[in-house]
Amino acid sequence: MILMGSGQETACETAAYLNARGEKVGVLQVRLYQPLSASHFLAALPASVKSIAVLERTKEPGATGEPMYLEVISTLVEAQIEGTLPTSVMPRVIGGRYGLSSKEFTPAMCKAVFDELRKDKPKNHFTVGIVDDVTHTSLDVDANFMIESDKVVRAMFYGLGADGTVGANKNSIKIIGDDPDFYAQGYFVYDSKKSGSQTVSHLRFGPEPIRSPYLVQSANFIGCHQFNFLNRGDVLKNAAPGAVFLLNTSPHEPEEIWERIPRPVQEEIIAKKLKVYGINAEKVARDNGMGTRINTIMQTCFFAISGVLPRDKAIEKIKYSIKKSYMRKGEEVVRKNFEAVDNTLVNLREIPVSAQATSTIELPPTVSANAPEFVRNVTAMMMAGRGDELPVSALPVDGTYPSATTQWEKRNISNFVPVWEPNVCIQCGNCSMVCPHGVIRSKFYNESSLESAPKAFRTAPIDARGFPDIRYTLQVYLEDCTGCGLCVEVCPAKSKEQTGRKAINMALKEPVLEDEKANIRFFETLPEMDRGRVDFSTVRGVQFLPPLFEFSGACAGCGETPYVKLLSQLFGDRLLVANATGCSSIYGGNLPTTPWSVNSEGRGPAWSNSLFEDNAEFGLGFRLTADKHLEYATELLKALAGSIGEDLVDDLINAEQTTEIDIRRQRGRVAELKQRLQEIADPRAKQLLAVVDQLVRRSVWIVGGDGWAYDIGSSGVDHVLASGRDVNVLVMDTEVYSNTGGQMSKSTPMGAVAKFAAAGKQIGKKDIALQAISYGNVYVARIALGANPQQTLLAFREAEAYRGPSLILAYSHCIAHGINMQRGLDQQHLAVECGHWPLFRYNPMVHESNENPFVLDSGRPKIPLKNYAYNEVRYKVLAHTNPKEAAYLMDTAQQGINRRWSVYEDMAARSGDTFQPKYKP
Amino acid sequence: MDLTTTYMGMELKHPIVASAAPLSGSVANIKRLEDAGAAAVVMFSLFEEQLKHESAALEYLMTAGTESFAESLNYFPEVDDYTVGPDNYLELLRQASAAVDIPIIGSLNGITNTGWIEYAQLMQEAGAKGIELNIYYIPADLTTSGREVEERYVGIVKAVKAAVTVPVAVKLNPFFSAIGSMAKALDDAGADALVLFNRFYQPDFDLDKLEVAPNLQLSTPDEIRLPLLWIAILHGRLRASLGATRGVQSATEVVKYLMAGADVVMTTSALLKNGIDYIGTLHNGLRTWMELHRYTSVQQMKGSMSQRKVADPTAFERANYIKTLESYKGDYL
Repeated sequence: MILMGSGQETACETAAYLNARGEKVGVLQVRLYQPLSASHFLAALPASVKSIAVLERTKEPGATGEPMYLEVISTLVEAQIEGTLPTSVMPRVIGGRYGLSSKEFTPAMCKAVFDELRKDKPKNHFTVGIVDDVTHTSLDVDANFMIESDKVVRAMFYGLGADGTVGANKNSIKIIGDDPDFYAQGYFVYDSKKSGSQTVSHLRFGPEPIRSPYLVQSANFIGCHQFNFLNRGDVLKNAAPGAVFLLNTSPHEPEEIWERIPRPVQEEIIAKKLKVYGINAEKVARDNGMGTRINTIMQTCFFAISGVLPRDKAIEKIKYSIKKSYMRKGEEVVRKNFEAVDNTLVNLREIPVSAQATSTIELPPTVSANAPEFVRNVTAMMMAGRGDELPVSALPVDGTYPSATTQWEKRNISNFVPVWEPNVCIQCGNCSMVCPHGVIRSKFYNESSLESAPKAFRTAPIDARGFPDIRYTLQVYLEDCTGCGLCVEVCPAKSKEQTGRKAINMALKEPVLEDEKANIRFFETLPEMDRGRVDFSTVRGVQFLPPLFEFSGACAGCGETPYVKLLSQLFGDRLLVANATGCSSIYGGNLPTTPWSVNSEGRGPAWSNSLFEDNAEFGLGFRLTADKHLEYATELLKALAGSIGEDLVDDLINAEQTTEIDIRRQRGRVAELKQRLQEIADPRAKQLLAVVDQLVRRSVWIVGGDGWAYDIGSSGVDHVLASGRDVNVLVMDTEVYSNTGGQMSKSTPMGAVAKFAAAGKQIGKKDIALQAISYGNVYVARIALGANPQQTLLAFREAEAYRGPSLILAYSHCIAHGINMQRGLDQQHLAVECGHWPLFRYNPMVHESNENPFVLDSGRPKIPLKNYAYNEVRYKVLAHTNPKEAAYLMDTAQQGINRRWSVYEDMAARSGDTFQPKYKP
Repeated sequence: MDLTTTYMGMELKHPIVASAAPLSGSVANIKRLEDAGAAAVVMFSLFEEQLKHESAALEYLMTAGTESFAESLNYFPEVDDYTVGPDNYLELLRQASAAVDIPIIGSLNGITNTGWIEYAQLMQEAGAKGIELNIYYIPADLTTSGREVEERYVGIVKAVKAAVTVPVAVKLNPFFSAIGSMAKALDDAGADALVLFNRFYQPDFDLDKLEVAPNLQLSTPDEIRLPLLWIAILHGRLRASLGATRGVQSATEVVKYLMAGADVVMTTSALLKNGIDYIGTLHNGLRTWMELHRYTSVQQMKGSMSQRKVADPTAFERANYIKTLESYKGDYL
């Protein structure tokens, strides 16, 4: 086998294993490729070689083979021509690909390749690691072939991102790896969510160097740090017979846990003869004042029962490590952690395993039986962590992917959820507007609809005069809630009797869950709002527009997603989104599920992510395509006007498509047109049918973060804005590269600490608003939902209505700011109050009548910058590391704010004719 | 004229001490307080709870969302040497003590026994000439008895006294059933001074937001009554010095406090309102008043109107309340 890169060690380890069992196989590792040295290559090739498989992790579309395969073939052929071939006959050479989609490359796969080479007619251009039931390139792999050494402790840990499992495991590796008698290895698998994410840690410890760069295949220790994981996927799949299984039994006690373990899991435990230990880790953590962080507790359990080190030595090492990490925080903290370790050992229990499975609890289905077929058959497999088992045929053939699938995921990641108080509520719509996950929905309906309502269904008379029969309901989708609490923070209504209670309050989920599930089912039967009856111009009205972006995996309390959701509510049924790489492309389009959704008519946004650097151009392409299709449709309409009907054609072509009512009317005309086209025999009618939907105005949005718009895609954004075309650019500005972990961007403000600006950023934030305004024909708005939601709404609608380029800069609080995310909206408010983020709109349409197009929507700075900034760790940390520099940067930044404000104020006060004139055809 | 006074063993050139909380936040301001004539400076309080909270918050916020998502395993650059804890406070204390000749008194509000002791020691090491224990604690727990509260105060004083060699003052609140006995207990516990009284956190309501508003207002001259009463009662009966604080807006209040028996008079509000240089105005005012009324020393004034030295000692006691109301009649009718 010839290969380079990441698969080499696995191949070598497997070859050694097979040779020790009498086979004759070998691996040639290529370390320098192109120029490939023929003489070295031939010298390394044993004379006994009969068959060669060249393995690669690349696909060269259209070529006769992958690059190294071709190099090997030509080297061997040239050698044969020149008579330098080390083998007596020309070896048979086949090429294959492994690690596709970053799939695992295991010893079993290596063996499959060696086995293939032994065949009379081995498969050339094969794949290994996938199940290719479409082009049948894949090799069969024996999943039971494993070569893990029993000298090595192989441990797997299932945890939550938030429970500190990974951190604890990294720490365990340090502790054990420091011991000269041990070699240690760790690899951590994360899922695609940023809230409630699951982590799987793979650890190996052994007396010899570890050459197994693949995930643990057969674990002799499994730690499950969340009890409910037992319901979600098969955590014991990789357990070796006789392995130790450690379970965090919270919220239950270990003594009562056996009966609560689902029957199939019990069966697996019994069949594999696992030794089971349990601890109520959350209780131990709570009792020791460690809140919800169970990491130290579970780590202690691992050390106590895994047998890697003698128990006493292991505990001593853990304590030493605790002392080292927490010394700086004082004796008290060290003592508390020591106590936690001791109490863990007291509370750890071995769970007696019965001879037969006794549990009556069955595993719940991964998704509801009501889910679409694709979700049941494909998405659910990925959700259960079995996506790698899916065959090629399971996936869509054309690269499109079904949307509206997050609704089937029901992640239930928060124990606390908002509960609505109809009597206190003023029906303002603020909670629904700010909800980052789209879990708060409102409907109004005739009271007669309530006849079949569940008992617990909450309802109130609508807070509007003249509609005595109309009721209002605010429904929380609590299984999809992340518990961020933004809705409670933003709620302006307070109970008269108890001012601490609002119209929406966080409460424990469990007691209300079943009632609310029934309520949601009923709520969904209530008719969706007629978009023509909804007031698009107010926050109060927008709450009735169903979000077509829902239940994403963004961080709890995300500052970006409310903007994305608003976009989907306003224009979702005709929206095209080009999404730059970044957080929004991850929570927007990552597998297994898609938060972009569809309305009751089946219409929803079309979304795609191209690259980081070309997103603006990518979106411009959407516009040009839509325009071209429209042009073609218009041509055909004119040509077929005689048979379609002049009046309809005229209306279709000249329709005003600005308001929602205009759009609804045009949709009606298009439906009419489709019917008429069915009856027209002219072949052009068919061509028109292919593009007919383009007659409804497409809303093209180019979306991304500041890393894209200010930095990596900056020239593209500029280029596209300067094109004059009808595109809308939405920049969700977190002032830092959030998705990759907080690197400085050119949007990072002066004085803030970020990666690559650890000493505080010394250069101020780029003002791309002014850059765009300088063109004169670009609509520009700077908005902050938490400061002025009405202005946010106005800006979105103005930008969309303007038939030229628009740029919206949206302040987005972020976990990378180091804030309590529940207070994200407060920070937005303060950012505006202090003048760091002045709100304004520059509207070229206003300028058409020579009015001043620049309107300041926020007042003069009222508070000093530091009153906003020092609520955030990104600023505060510098005040701790270098107070003098922090003070200097803060002072300079304050001066910058003052000066910029005076520029804006001057612009807002000027007469319209001092701004750039706009080209008018 | 002799304005000198002795406060917990320290000889001060006059009795006016700056306890101006926000103003003692920088070395430059402390220097200006000295230049303006302050006899000593009591620093703003080091709040153990705040330090603990800040440290915990920083730790929490820097690690929130970490180790959860492959591309962003953390969100902040690694910083090893950030100073949380008392370092900033101690550094300021150290620099200020080196920069001025007047004594700097550290002020401490602890929550744990180790906190009280550890921080007091650190303050002493940093150059504090004395430590003021700002015991600031609202016994909102309905099962906590008055006795327990009192023992807590006494316990703290004993613990700190045993741990440091510099003098220790206790800033008291007035909400004890028997302030006299409390003062005596603290005196017995070794307190070198009692400062009467700290202004308790008394929140206001914001009726627009329907929220509890934690705002602090500057003190007004009528607030001197309560400390004045108790200083007058305690004067001459304790080993500990007496410090007066609250309501000092002009030299009038300074004089009143001294006559009641205070060894020093502290002011915050007046300086915040009128600026640091106002300390000179107070100083001149005291001097002028003494000249006008022919006092030759502060010592002479000190306690001259205390309970022990006035003609009618019952005037200080509540039993006299009714008599005060009836005094419209005149003594001889």
